[in-house]
Amino acid sequence: MHAPVRPSPFAPGERPKIQLMATCLCDAFYDDVARATVEVLEHLGVEVEFPEGQTCCGQPAFNGGDWPASRKVVRHTLRTFAGTAPVLLPSGSCAAMLRHGALLEFEKESDLPEVKALAARTWEFADFVVNALGVKTWPGRYDATIAFHRNCHNRGTGSEAASLALLNSIAGAKVVPFGEQEQCCGFGGTFSVAFPHVSSSMGTLKLDHIRAAQPDVLVSGDMSCLMHMGGLAQKAGQPIKTQHIAQVMRDALRNGGLLR
Amino acid sequence: MAKQLIDQAAATLPADKRVSVYQSTKATHEKRTKLLFDQFNDPDLLRQRAGEIKQHVIENLDTLLPAVEAKLKANGAQVHWASTGEAACEAVLRIMQAHGAKKMVKAKTMVSEEIELAHYLEKHGIEALETDLGEFIVQIDKDHPSHIVRPIIHKNRREIATSFEREGLGAYNDDPETITRRARQFLRHKYLEADVGLTGANFVSVESGRIVLVTNEGNSRFSLAAPKVHIALVGIEKLVPRDRDLGVLLNLLARSATAQQLTVYTEFISGPKGATQPDGPEEMHVIFVDNGRTEVLASDCREILRCIRCGACLNVCPVYRQASGHAYRSVYPGPVGAVLSPLLAGKKFPELADLPKASSLCGACNEVCPVNIPIPDLLLRLREKGKREGAPLASVGTPPMGAWALMASQPTAWKAALFGGKALNYLPTKLIPVPALRAWEEKRALPAWRGGEFRKWMKQRRKS
Repeated sequence: MHAPVRPSPFAPGERPKIQLMATCLCDAFYDDVARATVEVLEHLGVEVEFPEGQTCCGQPAFNGGDWPASRKVVRHTLRTFAGTAPVLLPSGSCAAMLRHGALLEFEKESDLPEVKALAARTWEFADFVVNALGVKTWPGRYDATIAFHRNCHNRGTGSEAASLALLNSIAGAKVVPFGEQEQCCGFGGTFSVAFPHVSSSMGTLKLDHIRAAQPDVLVSGDMSCLMHMGGLAQKAGQPIKTQHIAQVMRDALRNGGLLR
Repeated sequence: MAKQLIDQAAATLPADKRVSVYQSTKATHEKRTKLLFDQFNDPDLLRQRAGEIKQHVIENLDTLLPAVEAKLKANGAQVHWASTGEAACEAVLRIMQAHGAKKMVKAKTMVSEEIELAHYLEKHGIEALETDLGEFIVQIDKDHPSHIVRPIIHKNRREIATSFEREGLGAYNDDPETITRRARQFLRHKYLEADVGLTGANFVSVESGRIVLVTNEGNSRFSLAAPKVHIALVGIEKLVPRDRDLGVLLNLLARSATAQQLTVYTEFISGPKGATQPDGPEEMHVIFVDNGRTEVLASDCREILRCIRCGACLNVCPVYRQASGHAYRSVYPGPVGAVLSPLLAGKKFPELADLPKASSLCGACNEVCPVNIPIPDLLLRLREKGKREGAPLASVGTPPMGAWALMASQPTAWKAALFGGKALNYLPTKLIPVPALRAWEEKRALPAWRGGEFRKWMKQRRKS
């Protein structure tokens, strides 16, 4: 879990190029998050390649204990994201699957070295912007009070500090603290349907803490957490506004007239 | 869709119990965090060091155990080896019978819970009385502990006052000080009457053969004051190589367990009463208990044997907070129990194969663990074992993944599903053919399906 912050994979002066893995949630539900990711990266001069054959990171089966099924999907991802360019995901959870989970389930497999190589060039969005591109502050304007949910897969990685640094640097944005910030939102993949009571109770508690801080928007680096909390709030008849950090950054550029 | 047993237990846990478990665990966790980060520059580094010490121990048991046996014997203790819980119970009984002993006072030991010692001794006509206040209350209520460090976290003082009244310890009075005073009065006599004092061991130093015990009530000290025989039940993983390793581990144990800098009592016992000492047990027996531990050591989950039983992972765990300890149906609840209990169950693994599922894999347990056990990784390994061995409890509520994996490894099928999924937007929930989606919609709204929209946009963008 405690992965050290990695150095930039790019040489000084080199035009950064990445392969985007949109993740299944953005592929199915949150196209605007994937769009914002592309717009932010291109604004930063990054060349974004989108391998058409991509599907999923394999996490659902990995967490479900069906490692042979999960390995099948990871192997597909290995083939789809061939080469040496960094693989970028707008999700701490999917990034953690490729960086850490896959290593566990491939421990005794002959293609472990390939999986390790993929893990080494996999990046979560905010971690990439700050630690691979060296961007420390974000331009534009975003007038809102933000509750930032640290997604659990970012525990101990460079992503949390990176996300907070970016959000705090935006003109007009104010990140507010709330109670029990270290606690999980209760999503947990299939946990949410196998443990519906515990999962929704965790989410409701989280929402209570967030609402007490009266933010304009709930921001995270993971659409799975936001889908859970947003879905719970909507079902309870008290919808809340949620945004991925890439959307906040894209909107800040737009508001500042910096996006073509 | 079927729900997991621990979810059912959480859903039916009375509200007052849930509130007391939540408030108590939350308060301890927050105090613990503040204390560690106020007092140490880098508590995470300390946790790593402690983890390395304990990892060294479990990887070197083959040499450390004979070494500690020699040291203990040199200190005047007698050493016994018990490969099973039953053998450990028998060893205790033999020692008691050799002294014609009928009465035992017990200071808190999780191993004795694990091997159900009190029950076994009772069958053989021996009174084994719990002297830890929480354990004492559990015992008179014929209940089970629900937390490693706070066995009665699920009870409130009104229930305890009622139990005391029932047991003839005084008229109903739920003032905590009165409850404590009454228990103390009752136990003082028992200490004096006891033939044998039984303890566990938080650590045993290989270097000095010292047994280290930590308590807040002084009950282990009392248990060893009057009785002529001391028996220590010790899990084989409880060793530390050197006395100075205790500097790291004791500092972390008290802070992690109860948010104290040090427990009120920390005892170092290096053998039976010496020739010049006026008091203390004349005989000391150390029973090393395996009871499945060498099998855990041989598995890919061996890191769980680093555990020092502080309970910090229980306190921070959102699932434990909702479900409380009894939901885990075993001596060790919470995240550590979800790993350790199914492993120690051996052949009965399938009966507890659902425990590793009781986690959103949020990783909070690893973040607080004083010996840095990668609990989420171990939960995942056990999920894989449950699935591979076809344990039915492991699969409750988890959709089968075969068809999904097939689709997710064929881009054409994946894209077809992305576009085809739009039908979901027009289907009422009760007609959605996917049980997991319906289960999702019981508690949360599902966002609109926009499968393939990003791909279209991306293609457009590349053209322009």
